[in-house]
Amino acid sequence: MSQPNTQRTLATWKRVCSEADLVSNSGVVVWLDGAQVALFYLPGAQDQTLYAIDNHDPESGANVIGRGLIGSIKGDLVVAAPIYKQHYRLEDGQCLEAPDQRLRVWPVRLNGGGVELALD
Amino acid sequence: MRTGKDAWNRKVSGVFFCFLNRDELCRVPYMNNLKTLVVVGNGMVGHHCVAQLIERGALDHYRLHVFSEEPMRAYDRVHLSEYFTGRDAESLALSDASLYQTPGVTLHLGVPVLEIDRARCEVITANGCVAYDKLVLATGSYPFVPPIDGAEGDSRLVYRTLEDLDAIRKAAANAKRGVVVGGGLLGLEAANALKSLGLEAHVVEFAPRLMPVQLDDFGGLALKAQIERLGVGVHLSRATQSISAGEHYRYRMNFANDEFLETDLIVFSAGIRAQDALARQAGLDIGPRGGVVINDECLSCDPHIYAIGECASWNGSLFGLVAPGYQMARGVAALLCAQTAEPFVGADMSTKLKLLGVDVGSIGDAHAHTPGARSYQFIDEASASYRRLVVDASGKQVIGAVLVGDNSYYDTLLQYMQNGIALPSEPASLILPSSSGAPTLGPGALPESATVCSCHNVTKGAICSAIDSGCSDLGLLKSQTKACTGCGGCAGLLKQVFEHELIARGVSVDKSLCEHFAYTRQELYALVRVEGIITFDELLAKHGRGHIGCDVCKPAVGSILASCWNQPIMDASLVPLQDTNDTFMANMQKNGTYSVVPRIPGGEITADKLIVIGEVAKKYDLYTKITGGQRIDLFGAQLHELPDIWSELIAAGFETGHAYGKSTRTVKSCVGSTWCRYGVQDSVKMALLIEDRYKGLRSPHKLKFAVSGCTRECAEAQSKDVGVIATEKGWNLYIAGNGGMRPRHAELFATDLDDATLIRYIDRFLMFYIRTADKLQRTSVWRESLEGGLDFLKDVILHDSLGLGDELEAQMQLVVDRYECEWANALKDPEKLKRFRTFVNDKRPDPDIHFVQERGQRRPIMAAELNLIPVTEEIA
Repeated sequence: MSQPNTQRTLATWKRVCSEADLVSNSGVVVWLDGAQVALFYLPGAQDQTLYAIDNHDPESGANVIGRGLIGSIKGDLVVAAPIYKQHYRLEDGQCLEAPDQRLRVWPVRLNGGGVELALD
Repeated sequence: MRTGKDAWNRKVSGVFFCFLNRDELCRVPYMNNLKTLVVVGNGMVGHHCVAQLIERGALDHYRLHVFSEEPMRAYDRVHLSEYFTGRDAESLALSDASLYQTPGVTLHLGVPVLEIDRARCEVITANGCVAYDKLVLATGSYPFVPPIDGAEGDSRLVYRTLEDLDAIRKAAANAKRGVVVGGGLLGLEAANALKSLGLEAHVVEFAPRLMPVQLDDFGGLALKAQIERLGVGVHLSRATQSISAGEHYRYRMNFANDEFLETDLIVFSAGIRAQDALARQAGLDIGPRGGVVINDECLSCDPHIYAIGECASWNGSLFGLVAPGYQMARGVAALLCAQTAEPFVGADMSTKLKLLGVDVGSIGDAHAHTPGARSYQFIDEASASYRRLVVDASGKQVIGAVLVGDNSYYDTLLQYMQNGIALPSEPASLILPSSSGAPTLGPGALPESATVCSCHNVTKGAICSAIDSGCSDLGLLKSQTKACTGCGGCAGLLKQVFEHELIARGVSVDKSLCEHFAYTRQELYALVRVEGIITFDELLAKHGRGHIGCDVCKPAVGSILASCWNQPIMDASLVPLQDTNDTFMANMQKNGTYSVVPRIPGGEITADKLIVIGEVAKKYDLYTKITGGQRIDLFGAQLHELPDIWSELIAAGFETGHAYGKSTRTVKSCVGSTWCRYGVQDSVKMALLIEDRYKGLRSPHKLKFAVSGCTRECAEAQSKDVGVIATEKGWNLYIAGNGGMRPRHAELFATDLDDATLIRYIDRFLMFYIRTADKLQRTSVWRESLEGGLDFLKDVILHDSLGLGDELEAQMQLVVDRYECEWANALKDPEKLKRFRTFVNDKRPDPDIHFVQERGQRRPIMAAELNLIPVTEEIA
């Protein structure tokens, strides 16, 4: 899989919020034309510092992923779903407990004090 | 006397067993150098003997013939009543049919042995005779039916074999009511069988109490009460004098004084008698109460004939339980295989059963017949529970016990008795309902010689050696050691021993908190405390692995940091540590909305404050419910609404209730002496003092308190982590209780305390718990896991045996001094409020959250109702 935050020539980048809206080592949620996208910000991380992942939790049916706790499990950066505690990999949305469960992820970047998501 | 020859001649015209040809039988063993071993009887004990013989290699020396009067191979008589609740004969069988197809073993079903010719060493059956070198009698017993006029057919049924049960089932087909004569162990089993056949069941007992052998008067009373509650009629001190035709039912049982009871069928279960007819015929010595007289090797007066099980009389006693029967069977099997056998020197007749669904246990000297024996008794008439502990004259050893209503005490009491374990300082604690069911005698306290499974004589040592040789699965352990494959009564104990031993061997018990910290919570607590660490990052850098942590270690460390330093949890370095609810200081519900619980100290609230809660609930359309902790829960708030809701609540003087945290929750109280005519102290005032002191205290798990103003205990303090009950002289302190899934009564910890001492002890208790408990461990589980138990805890807290008192109090004082309402703190700081936005780039609420109205309030919509929402509303 390509690095989500490397700029792709054909992608359209859309600014969704400001860098100041982010909360370090935690999540916030943005509204994106009907979709809800959770943004997780790890300013101290060595490579990728920002992740964008679907806010909808398929297990509970509630829009709560952005309020989950982030952590690492065997080297994978994950978010723990707040209600039933499944772990989703931030990089690709894969659920560690259920192989057939995967959340949508978006390429995301910081650009000029703003947060931008790549739209297909 | 018929000779073997006669029998042989008689048989020729009948069914023919070629191997019963005498010449052949006499010749074949000789040719193979195999002797012939005959086992008469294929009940549970006879079967066990056969299984043991095969296992011990008897077939290298013997050709084995097993004769059974019954047409079915050995089955589980202990669970006979299950025949009426779905189990068939095959599933009751004690072994696969293949055991009896082992070459060298011949099972003769439905072939009773008619005679033993001791002079010729032959057994004689209707089909012929078999010469034996050794003979084992395992003929069991038969039900005793007192001679009563008119007892015949359906008024003279018995309960012993599958055939008997078939007869009972047939008789019950057109019956409405059934009576069992005999209120002993088997009689109550039979009553259960009648009940499961849909009959109105009655028990008629000659003695003035049920189970007269196993129970004392109080035990009998408790059992009677429980059984009557189940709809079974119990008639004591009744002797049936005759049976005649009934008016409303088929039969009438006539008792003395013109009393009678009508019924459609009668099952006699008035005791058993040793089935010793064969032995009597053979001229073997018979005991005073029947049964073949045996010595310690189970040998009768004939050196070729053994007797085991219920047909044997040892030292004048008969043994009607399966465990001693198995013990005899093992001994004889060993002797016949020229192995060392433990002599039979009597047996413990302790027993535990579920009769009609009621737990009944009897251990050792249940009637305290031993000279100097003393008893402790616990009677609970409300639930018809009874427990009696009998100790020896020295007061140091358990010698007997009676249990009715709750057998969770049985295993521990039995181990105390069998292993001579010294009694605790308060022996009554072994039978008091103070520690959530079973009193705790850890499996570690049992000696290696302790019998875990008495049916198969499996010791703790045997279990340990099985584990040592690689057995790490409970099922495998059972099949390897046979433990728990008899009556099954030791299942709980076996599991405890198994797990304890695994842990002792370090098998798959990694106490690391998670992959980031190779420490337990307690160790991390000590590191944080000793090194003065105040951030997760510092702890991780010094003592952990990686840079991030996970959803296990972060909240655990967050809790430790809060317990030690009590900094506001919304501080930037602490926010990422907080678990789901702490992180937004509210309780997330299933649809992603939150519930809000303002603190209502002691459950006391003014009208003005009630109105404010009502107004807030109305304004934000929140569902309201009164909680068990005397507060009000407001449901259905969205993330972005929380700061506004809290602004209004705080303006009215409310503080956060920490309902979201592993922390002090509530202090429940009754109105106390201020209003109540029974109150002896001001419980509300004390509740306010306690709640004010400990609010905001974070701990390994939630903490609940209560204060009652008198001994009537309306605040239910004995179900709390910390319970306080007023006395004339002050306060009694109870600790480590809880409700929930596994309720535990709090234990009385200290009595008649003044206010200051009470607070000091609570300070110490809570801080000691915070210091030493595992993560997410309630005080109750922590207390039960403490080595040394309550006495140890009393030493530490009340007598300061570890010299920690001042330190613990100082640590608590720091937490108290640093208290600040977290919501008030967060509302002052726009940076902290940034997170309380459903969308950081849009003001709209979460459009996927829908409510419906129910009973005048709104509630989350259920999945099935979703399609009822108009599309327009979804878009808006």
